[in-house]
Amino acid sequence: MTSLQDFLAGSKKAIPIVLGYLPLGFAYGALASIAGISLPYILIMSILVFAGSGQFIAVSMLAAGAGALSIIMTVFLVNLRHLLMSASLSTYLQKFPRKVLPLIAFWLTDESFALASGELQEGEKNQFFLLGLFGTAYLGWVIGGGLGGIFGSLFNSERAAFTMEYALYAMFIFLLVIQLKQKKFIFAAVCAGSLSLLFYLIIPGNWYIIMATVATATIGVIIEKWKGLL
Amino acid sequence: MERLALVILGCAVVTFLPRFLPLYILTRLKIPKIAVAWLSYVPVAVMAALVIPGITAPGHKINLTLTNAYFIAGFAAFFIAWRTKNMLLTVVSGMAVVFLLQYL
Repeated sequence: MTSLQDFLAGSKKAIPIVLGYLPLGFAYGALASIAGISLPYILIMSILVFAGSGQFIAVSMLAAGAGALSIIMTVFLVNLRHLLMSASLSTYLQKFPRKVLPLIAFWLTDESFALASGELQEGEKNQFFLLGLFGTAYLGWVIGGGLGGIFGSLFNSERAAFTMEYALYAMFIFLLVIQLKQKKFIFAAVCAGSLSLLFYLIIPGNWYIIMATVATATIGVIIEKWKGLL
Repeated sequence: MERLALVILGCAVVTFLPRFLPLYILTRLKIPKIAVAWLSYVPVAVMAALVIPGITAPGHKINLTLTNAYFIAGFAAFFIAWRTKNMLLTVVSGMAVVFLLQYL
């Protein structure tokens, strides 16, 4: 197979992801435009950040008037989960030319990681296949966001905005549910959810997500240490 | 607009680094076991920390009744995600529940 054929084969595999990214990207673009962000900035954010959950949370925090530092810190923690995916993916990419790694890393998302891991476990794939897969998903996300930015104002009703904002929670619930495979993670979800709610209710500002996450991970490690697992 | 540009650039950097650094350096550097254990809690914890206040206490008030569409739709999304493992279906059906509940 030529490199172009590999690229197109990867691109074809991305179709289910694109079908998911178009409506989610649209919801992001629409919410951003309703929040008063102009189309160039909506597109630049999709092009430079490329993180569904991160962009949703950034837009909702911007709309709520949160400070830049707390937004960036929250987005950092929300996207910290990619550390483990990146680490896991590295085992399959040992033979790849090192210069493509930054681009592959930039295009790493929950969905592309899930799909790529399945493909890589089935058999060896080259960089062109992976670039086709990831790049196509990226294109779907940017186009969805752009369409949302352009046509989002048509959905500027309270009901529509309220419904689109829910897309973020539905996506997080999905990502949460598929991770609840071990007892310790069910414990972590309950612990982080309760602490976050408590901090949200009693502490002003937007630091409750960060505080609950850091506290939960620390409690988890302390329990593992105490049980002699570490 | 300056704040927005700063937020976008900052988000771009903090999103890229966790995606890039492990992939690039893992072959050379070993992460301490305790750090790996700590990190393993982050994905689940951060998702739960985001979702629970948002769906149970909109506007800083706990509301676990039918008038809270996000809470009801959260159950639907949880069930559909668990049964189907399909993100698109979870998102679209959750949004449909929220939309319809507003007409109750």
